[in-house]
Amino acid sequence: MSFSLLSPKTKEATQKTWNAMKRSMPILLGVLLLITLIIEIIPKNIYGKVFTGHVLLDPLLGAIFGSIAAGNPLNSYVIGGELISQGVSLVAITAFILSWVTVGLVQLPAESLMLGRKFAISRNIFSFLSAIIIAILTAYTFTIL
Amino acid sequence: MNIKFLSKIDGGLKFLVLVVLLYLGCAILNFELLVTALNGFGKLLKEVIPVILIVFIVMFLSNLLLDTEKISKYLGQDSGVSGFLISIIFGILSAGPIYMWYPLLADFKEKGMKNSLIATFLYNRAIKLQLLPLMIYYFSLKFTIILSLYMIIFSVINGILVGKSLTHKK
Repeated sequence: MSFSLLSPKTKEATQKTWNAMKRSMPILLGVLLLITLIIEIIPKNIYGKVFTGHVLLDPLLGAIFGSIAAGNPLNSYVIGGELISQGVSLVAITAFILSWVTVGLVQLPAESLMLGRKFAISRNIFSFLSAIIIAILTAYTFTIL
Repeated sequence: MNIKFLSKIDGGLKFLVLVVLLYLGCAILNFELLVTALNGFGKLLKEVIPVILIVFIVMFLSNLLLDTEKISKYLGQDSGVSGFLISIIFGILSAGPIYMWYPLLADFKEKGMKNSLIATFLYNRAIKLQLLPLMIYYFSLKFTIILSLYMIIFSVINGILVGKSLTHKK
């Protein structure tokens, strides 16, 4: 079908979507490249070495490392499962897997460019704090139920 | 490199150029790392192409069927509880990596979607329906239910806090 045969509304929607695609593609490609680089740079066995067994420090470390990590969340479950068998606390692991999916330091430039810098910073800060609070609440609820 | 030229190109392209420069830096320091990272990029790109297509099809349909008035009504300042419910449901149902949804959300934001609902949507993206069986396998059903419920509750709290923090900054 020729583009000129489309209704004005369809033409307008196509044009708007095309413009959004043109604007977004460099950012999406950039974030994909950055994520694959971070995955290669951070060795997977590092996570087991960062936890100290400290009740308060470990959830914080879990949230920090989860925020830096990137890639498929499935990896966070596998790593979390391994860490549990190594004796790392449930609070720390929950903070880790939660911040892996809710906080995105690697995606922050892309989020800032598309949704606004203030929004991206604010959302990531609140998500980071929530990861720690939810981790404590989840572990506590899990124990008492 | 000419700095004036850099100031003329848009932020997205600038970001891509910076990442490419980072790759070039890696190539100089460790060529093997560059090769493995590029292989990983190829694999990831193949994984996300279907999601990119879905996002742009949804964007096209929203441009065709949803005008600013409708988006403002359901996801705007006066959308109330139903706005949060829509964001939670679509956040949980949406597939693929979080950053793939930024273009659509940016489009909706332009049409009146409020910041708190964007934050709520993005938070619920963390509940991965397709990965729930794996979470149950690694951490138990009880843990998965408790965590998912807290995540839904906190997605709303987060959304409200993000919305309020941006209103105060204005």
